[in-house]
Amino acid sequence: MAHDTAHQHESNTKRIWTVFVILSIVTIVEVVLGIFKPEFLTDTSFLSMSLLNWIFIILTIYKAYYIAWSFMHLEGETKGLRRAIVWTAVFLISYLIFILLTEGDYIYEVFNNGYVSWDF
Amino acid sequence: MEATVVRTGTEGKTWGGGNEPLKASYGKMMMWFFIVSDALTFSGFLAAYGFSRFKFMDSWPIADEVFNHFPFLHGVDAPMYYVALMTFILIFSSVTMVLAVDAGHQLKKGKVTFYMFLTIIGGVIFLGSQAWEWKNFINGTYGAVYTEGGNILQFVDSEGHRVALSDVAASQASPRVEHEARNGVWFESEKSLPSYSIEEVKAGFGENSDLLIRTQIMNEEGEKTILSREESITKLNSEAVGVIEGANLTRNEYGPPLFADFFFFITGFHGFHVFTGVLINIIIFFNVILGTYERRKNYEMVEKVGLYWHFVDLVWVFVFTFFYLV
Repeated sequence: MAHDTAHQHESNTKRIWTVFVILSIVTIVEVVLGIFKPEFLTDTSFLSMSLLNWIFIILTIYKAYYIAWSFMHLEGETKGLRRAIVWTAVFLISYLIFILLTEGDYIYEVFNNGYVSWDF
Repeated sequence: MEATVVRTGTEGKTWGGGNEPLKASYGKMMMWFFIVSDALTFSGFLAAYGFSRFKFMDSWPIADEVFNHFPFLHGVDAPMYYVALMTFILIFSSVTMVLAVDAGHQLKKGKVTFYMFLTIIGGVIFLGSQAWEWKNFINGTYGAVYTEGGNILQFVDSEGHRVALSDVAASQASPRVEHEARNGVWFESEKSLPSYSIEEVKAGFGENSDLLIRTQIMNEEGEKTILSREESITKLNSEAVGVIEGANLTRNEYGPPLFADFFFFITGFHGFHVFTGVLINIIIFFNVILGTYERRKNYEMVEKVGLYWHFVDLVWVFVFTFFYLV
C-alpha cells in the first residue's frame, strides 16, 4: 500500500468543533425563524419568493459549504478535484431547478386560468 | 514478468504515465464520483418535488401543521422541534465521524474505535426518529374527507382549530362491513375501512352547527381558506365522497397525494442511505477493532466511509430545508 504523503498529520480537532458550533447556530436560527415566521420577512417578496425562504435557502447553502469544505475535506484537495466535484454539481443542479420550476409555474398558471379543468 | 514491461522513454514527463494530478487515491476518487452522481439523483428528486409544489402553489400543505409531534408531548402543537432534534443528531454524528477520521490520521486506534462507535449510535438514533416520524405521518391526527376531484376537506371549529373526525362523526349502525378473504371468494379482500363512513361524517357535521370546512386553497395571508357554515354544508354534501385517515400512496389527509408520495420517497430514499451508511460504518468499525488498518498503517478506509456519511448529512440539510422550512 502506497503511503499517502499528501496529508498533514497534525490534529484538526479545534477546527472541527468550530464548524460544529457554526452549523448548530445556523440550524437554531433556521428553526427559530421557522417557528416565529416574522411577518416582515414572509410578506416581503423578492424574485417571486418570500424573503424568509431566500434566507432559508442561503443558510442551507452556507451549511452545505461548511460540511463539504471542512468535514468532507474539500479545502485540502487539489483545485482540479474540487472544481470537478463542485462545478459539475452546481451547474447541472441549477439548470435542472430552473427548468423544472419554470415548468411547474407554467402548469400552475394553466390550471389557475382554467385552460385545463382538473377538479371535477 | 520484467520482459513484458515496455519502456517508453518518457518516464517523468507529463504524459509519461504514473502522474497523479489530483493527488487523491483511486478509492477516494471513486467515492467522490459516486457522491457526485448520487447528489444529482437527490437533486432530481428534490427538483421534482419543487415542480409539484409550484404546480400546486396555492394548495400545498403547511409543513408546520403536518409535522408537529414531539415524543411524550401528546396533543401539544410542537412544530419543527422534532425535526430540528433529528438534524442535530445527524450533524453531531457527522462531527464524531470527522473526529474518527482525524484520529485515524494520527493512527490512534482507540480514539477511532470510540468515535466510530458514537457515529453508529447517532445513525441508529436518527433512523429510529425517522421511523417515528413516518408512524405519525401514516396514522395522521385529525382525518379528513376527500372529494371526487381528489381535494381534501378538513374540519375546524368556529375559532379555526382543527377538529378530529371522531368528534365530527355521528355513530350510526352501518350495514357496510369489511370484506375479508375468508368470506366469499377466498383470494379477494379489501383494504381496512376507515373508522367512520362518509355518511356518519355528513350526519355528524349537519348536527353540530359549530363545525366548518377548511379547504386546501391558501388565501392571501398564506392561511388555508375556511368556508362559511352554509358553504361548508353545500360543499360537504355535494362533493365529499370518502374518508381518509393519515396517509398512504393514493391519498392523505394533509393535501395533494403528491405531498405524501414525495415525503415517503425522498425521506425514504434518504433513510435508506442512512441505513446503508450505518451498515458500512459497522463493517469499518469491526475492521478498526480487528486492527486491519493498524497493520496497514493507513486509516484511509475510515476517511472514505466518512465521505459517504457526510454526504448523507449534506443531503439531510437540503431535505430539512425543502420539506420542513420553505
